[in-house]
Amino acid sequence: MKIGVITFPGTLDDVDAARAARAVEAEAVPLWHADDDLRGVDAVVVPGGFSYGDYLRAGAIARFAPIMQSVVDAARRGMPVLGICNGFQILCEAGLLPGVMLRNVGLHFVCKDQWLRVENTETAWTTRFEPGAEILIPIKNIDGRYTASAETVRELEAEGRVVFRYVEGNPNGSINDIAGICSPDGRVVGLMPHPEHAIDALTGPSDDGLGVFYSVLDATRSLVTA
Amino acid sequence: MTEIDTVDKAATDPDRPQPYAELGLKDDEYARIREILGRRPTEAELAMYSVMWSEHCSYKSSKVHWRHWKENTTPEMQAKLLAGIGENAGVVDIGDGWAVTFKVESHNHPSYVEPYQGAATGVGGIVRDILSMGARPLAVMDPLRFGAADHPDTKRVLPGVVAGIGGYGNCLGLPNIGGEVVFDPSYQGNPLVNAMCIGAMRVEDLQLAKASGVGNKVILFGARTGLDGIGGVSVLASESFSDDEDVASRKKLPSVQVGDPFTEKVLIECCMELFAQRLVVGIQDLGGAGLSCATSELASAGEGGMHIELDKVPLRAKGMTPAEVLSSESQERMCAIVRPEDVDAFMRVCQKWDVLATVIGEVTDTGRLVITWHGETVVDVPPRTVAHEGPEYHRPIARPADQDELQADDPAKLPRPSTPEELRETLLRLISSPNLASKEWVTSQYDRYVRGNTVLAQPSDSGMIRIDEETGRGVAASTDCNGRYVKLDPYVGTQLALAEAYRNVATTGATPLAVTNCLNFGSPEDPGVMWQFEQAVKGLAEGCRELGIPVTGGNVSFYNQTGSTAILPTPVVGVLGVIDDVRRRIPTGIGAEPGETLILLGETSDEFGGSEWAHVVHGHLGGRPPQVDLAREKLLAEILVAGSRDGMLSAAHDLSEGGLAQALVEAALIGQTGARIILDEDQDPFVQLFSESAGRVLVAVPRTEELRFTEMCTARGLPWRRIGVVDPESNALEIQDVATFPLDELRQAWEGTLPALFD
Repeated sequence: MKIGVITFPGTLDDVDAARAARAVEAEAVPLWHADDDLRGVDAVVVPGGFSYGDYLRAGAIARFAPIMQSVVDAARRGMPVLGICNGFQILCEAGLLPGVMLRNVGLHFVCKDQWLRVENTETAWTTRFEPGAEILIPIKNIDGRYTASAETVRELEAEGRVVFRYVEGNPNGSINDIAGICSPDGRVVGLMPHPEHAIDALTGPSDDGLGVFYSVLDATRSLVTA
Repeated sequence: MTEIDTVDKAATDPDRPQPYAELGLKDDEYARIREILGRRPTEAELAMYSVMWSEHCSYKSSKVHWRHWKENTTPEMQAKLLAGIGENAGVVDIGDGWAVTFKVESHNHPSYVEPYQGAATGVGGIVRDILSMGARPLAVMDPLRFGAADHPDTKRVLPGVVAGIGGYGNCLGLPNIGGEVVFDPSYQGNPLVNAMCIGAMRVEDLQLAKASGVGNKVILFGARTGLDGIGGVSVLASESFSDDEDVASRKKLPSVQVGDPFTEKVLIECCMELFAQRLVVGIQDLGGAGLSCATSELASAGEGGMHIELDKVPLRAKGMTPAEVLSSESQERMCAIVRPEDVDAFMRVCQKWDVLATVIGEVTDTGRLVITWHGETVVDVPPRTVAHEGPEYHRPIARPADQDELQADDPAKLPRPSTPEELRETLLRLISSPNLASKEWVTSQYDRYVRGNTVLAQPSDSGMIRIDEETGRGVAASTDCNGRYVKLDPYVGTQLALAEAYRNVATTGATPLAVTNCLNFGSPEDPGVMWQFEQAVKGLAEGCRELGIPVTGGNVSFYNQTGSTAILPTPVVGVLGVIDDVRRRIPTGIGAEPGETLILLGETSDEFGGSEWAHVVHGHLGGRPPQVDLAREKLLAEILVAGSRDGMLSAAHDLSEGGLAQALVEAALIGQTGARIILDEDQDPFVQLFSESAGRVLVAVPRTEELRFTEMCTARGLPWRRIGVVDPESNALEIQDVATFPLDELRQAWEGTLPALFD
């Protein structure tokens, strides 16, 4: 099982995403923004950071990177893709997920331990959670307020595509307390909080984030056998 | 257009008047430059000498006091020191083949003028210092001082500084693991923004800033060079530019540099790859004094000669003069010395990261730093005279006339709370006062998680990061200073800062190993300030000797004053410690284990000079600071480290400002667990709760370990007292015969203050 982790110039959490992949005994494969080669990976993580300095708009430049073309093509064929924080913004810019992230309501960067409810346990990245499970995961961003048209939000809610929802307080003003969403087929998931920072209670608030990475092992296994 | 002043011209018009005074050089300093060169300096040389001989770069007022470090460092203390004073940052061997480097620097004045960029570039600068040692920067910490919390200008400065530190550090991907936020009216027109960075490398990867190997190439890489931060050198520009429009456009440029953290993040990764491929012989960051500093320091520390073709430097402004190129403080630039056969490989790595890199010169054996501009020589100097042989002042020193009066103004005369109700009110008032209140409003704007090795961050006593993921080896660091204590007695006050940082490191289970400092003082031209400074340096040097840990480097910031009023003398002391396995860290919050006993280590005396209580309740500053006993601190640290190693402690929290009451409230709130406290019947409850006696730590001991732990303390002669038990059921802090405080009430008081002031 190989999980690819993309590094753009300005990516920050690639080491964390690779560590999380290794924590579930997957092989973490580094992917470089300027290559279009997915190097035979079974799933891809687009990690957090400030790709290309977030100049213009978060994620707006990264979507044009050669590697993203390959990710978009692979995702359309069903490869599990996880976008975390800046990675979520990139997936939205690349058209794999709907909506945008605006500046937090308080206008500040917010770093805190955040409770989330897992609303959909059938995506490629959430099958190991109990339905309705509440998990404690760090959040850290300045542009984290999820926003989409009323119609899109209605659609996401109706189709059960809101995967994670903020509970015990909405840290950034996201619409409907949305913390993470998925593609119609549930293979592509994006979320603002950082499951890769919650894989060991020594360095994070919990190890609740491991469930995300364990889930994708099952998702790719079922893909192979299907 | 511009007429470029060259060495040839200097020979033809030797008596041309030069604006040296405007550049901050004194008559005798200018005369000395002429003597060194045997002619008048060119404009470019004048720019170099003036900036390199400034207080900021040459340490001319403080250098004579460095002998205290030397005199107080034994060979034993140096055993683990791989690089010390004089290098870009100190480096210590932490074991298992790992070397750790750390340093604090000030960016005070720019942060007052332009809080966001001043603070941001302060972070950027210290990170490059760590990078230039060959280390990967791993974490930052920020000791900050502001004016009164409720002063309108603090509302301008603090949010800008915090956003700048976050905006830069978060974007660099460095966890912010601690620091300080202190308010005092003396910092009103002169906030202190100090920035610390910690980095690590394998011992064999240590890099030093020197240009060795004749024929090796000098490569400038990173951002382009512009007109930002050229400061005083604009005087030269206005002299040599006849075109009014050019002069006007220069004057519009900010004197505070503007940072681009994205460029720096890419520069870090690029350097890591260059180091890994062993493509670098010597490296230096470009900070204060830009290329003037980097070229003269590299040459001075190496073979002694260097030739730079300054016109090769990639610029981002048109018509820059050689003096401006040399003085520019544009951010995110590094200078490397590279073997000719490695230049291609070096360039390939830079291309991969899209980092601009240019060969601008080479190492020579001439003993001269020669800089040319389109073929004409604009600088020809012995580099040591620029970098290392600047002026040295013996500033007058005098104990201030009012020092005795200040010390005689004993806080014992101040009315004290005595009834339970008065004590209750005092506790709530103190925990909600700006200096003691929760700093979460600040720290929540910093990323503490990135890179996944942060084991402890604010509000813990120290920040702690894991260095080695296999073995769990890690380091802890703390910075501390109580400027009020230092004002009352600079020698003792500085030792108290050292003692607290040392204790904070040990409180998390780490063994203190090395010291750095950032000495923030008023004007060195004031004999009273120089007395404070000398006492502080002496106190710190002698204190380090007693504790057996070396000073590895430091930074001096003078002229921190508003008008003629100096800030509280603020020698910030940073202590770094090592822990074999970060899994043995001691957390701050109580309640981790079922059934814990609370024990107070150390002794409490009636000590309120410079205390938070005197400050908050009476606006009083006088008397003597708490006594310092470094032998006791050492013993205390040994007990804490043993307690961590043998798993005898489930929580520990240092007692400092606000005393036992503050420590109890924080330990309970952080651990989200209540406790019952029984005070000593034989001592005034007010003194027990609020005195700031040094050398004390509150520990939580699992009941099963209580006997073993207390017997160890008794056997080793450390005073201890059982003061209560953790009570997971109560959700309250009960101090018997004083009051019971529901945790919710404490939380509101502790956490509400900063948001109310700054949101």
